Amino acid sequence: MAKQKDSFNIEKKMGMTLKTRILSVIATLFFAILGFIVVFPFIVMVIASFRPGKDIIRYGLALKIDFDVMSLNNYKYLFFGGDHSYFTWFKNSMVLTLLTVVLTLTICYFVAYGLSMYDFKLRNFLFFLVIATMMVPFEILMLPLFQEMIDLKLIDTTAGVILPGLVSASTVFFFRQYMMGLPKELLDAGRIDGATEYGICIKIMFPVTKPAFAAMAILTSMGAWNSMLWPLLVYRSANKFTLPIGLNSLLTPYGNNYDLLIAGSCFAVLPIFVVFLAFQKYFIEGLTAGAVKG
Amino acid sequence: MKSLKKALYSQKVAPYVFVLPFILSFIFFWIYPLFSTIKMSFQSILPGEIEWVGLDNYRKLLKDSVFHLAIRNSFTYMIWTLILLIPFPMIFACIMDGHLVKAKGFFKALLYMPALTSVVVAGTLFRLMFAEMETSQMNQIVQWFGLEPVKWLKGKHTGMLALLVICCWRWTGVNMLYYLSGLKSIDKSLYESAEIDGASGFKRFWYIQVPLLKPTTIYVLTISIYGGLAMFLESFMLWNGNASPNNIGLTIVGYLYRRGIEKNQLGYASAVGLVLFVMALIVNIVQLIWNGSFKKEDR
Repeated sequence: MAKQKDSFNIEKKMGMTLKTRILSVIATLFFAILGFIVVFPFIVMVIASFRPGKDIIRYGLALKIDFDVMSLNNYKYLFFGGDHSYFTWFKNSMVLTLLTVVLTLTICYFVAYGLSMYDFKLRNFLFFLVIATMMVPFEILMLPLFQEMIDLKLIDTTAGVILPGLVSASTVFFFRQYMMGLPKELLDAGRIDGATEYGICIKIMFPVTKPAFAAMAILTSMGAWNSMLWPLLVYRSANKFTLPIGLNSLLTPYGNNYDLLIAGSCFAVLPIFVVFLAFQKYFIEGLTAGAVKG
Repeated sequence: MKSLKKALYSQKVAPYVFVLPFILSFIFFWIYPLFSTIKMSFQSILPGEIEWVGLDNYRKLLKDSVFHLAIRNSFTYMIWTLILLIPFPMIFACIMDGHLVKAKGFFKALLYMPALTSVVVAGTLFRLMFAEMETSQMNQIVQWFGLEPVKWLKGKHTGMLALLVICCWRWTGVNMLYYLSGLKSIDKSLYESAEIDGASGFKRFWYIQVPLLKPTTIYVLTISIYGGLAMFLESFMLWNGNASPNNIGLTIVGYLYRRGIEKNQLGYASAVGLVLFVMALIVNIVQLIWNGSFKKEDR
């Protein structure tokens, strides 16, 4: 019976080959077109970064390769111009991103660990609260939080930018989902070996949770690198600006500095692309966290 | 001292130590601001002069036609994102999940790239591509089809279209990845037995993949509703500031920002925020009940 089924499958596969091949070409072509549409704006942006800014003001942005007007002037100005704060913003973004990732991941990991590995009285209630915080858009709390930061004298400080989002509900949620899929026997084994509750959390569970860390590290760094609304409210002085706010400050009612803006945008996208491409495997593995069980 | 340490290390206390940061953050950065915004919504706040005005702010909101427009814009945008950003990424993921597509990793990375850009970059890029000159990218495309150039960012529908193009450009790849990870958890033997029963292609998609992807869909639905209603920066960047012609790009949060930050009317802005809060709450609760997520099944 089983043999019959096998031969049935093989016959079916043989018969499908040509059809499968055609379908495969169509499907791949489909994604190639989709991919091109998605990448197209980036191509336009990169080419525009070689054009003078006043050209962009006059013509708008389009895919137009015109070697007569294209030059490296924008990049020369970006790197050697000197009279702009681009690299101060760049450095500020780096610092903010690094701090946010390290602090958020550490704290969210502990919170999620508590919520997933123990059966305690308030567990379900607290998890409900985590979900509840996810359901309220940050923008609603923006004004009162801004007032709170003024009262706490945290305006114009990095602490003021990081603190409100430190325990990120979605990160906790993700870690918890991941850890719910891990065998709890690990904990008991650790306890029998005489490890403390905190020791188990750090020494036994942390290594098993690494894929989730990788995924959340990328998501969190991306969010921090690109975050705009809250830093826009908290940071006051230009020398503390991060890249998004700094780039935005180039757009003024008195004229837009597209020379620096487009070239600067290209360069701002670069680091996050590099990180993504380097850690892409972890990232996609991490997103599929539920499937990786111990 | 020793007993304290012992208590701290006990299995009963440890979970509370672990969740303490959440509790603190919840109190200081969630409950407190939430209550203070509720309080402020019943006040008129001028520097050094706070006055209780009861329901006045809300009464004003009921008559405020600009606010009504902002609500309409946000809802239109949110509903379109649901239509565009749930079925299509799901289908794309199902196509990619089989053995048909070559160079999967490459395409996944490609489709994900827009999500890595900040709103500033994406918004500026699309504002210039949607510029009203004949030479802008979108007008060139329109002209290929023999149509007249369009003043994209000055019309109600074309402005909304521009917002949706940005949104789809940025989030299609992300949602597709969510669906791909959802597909990974589907037992492959189901496909085989379905194939023996003669169900493949569309039938497999409709009767196996769509129902089994429900948890992913719930997740994507939730973040899309939430993100759609709270959209602001895309509009802020697309119109180079919070002012769009005839407020075509004004969203609820945009109005909150205008009243609260630009005009410093904290009381009135808080009332706007609370309306958004109630809406988000209703939509989420309805959606969760409808999906049966409140049934206790998570352990």
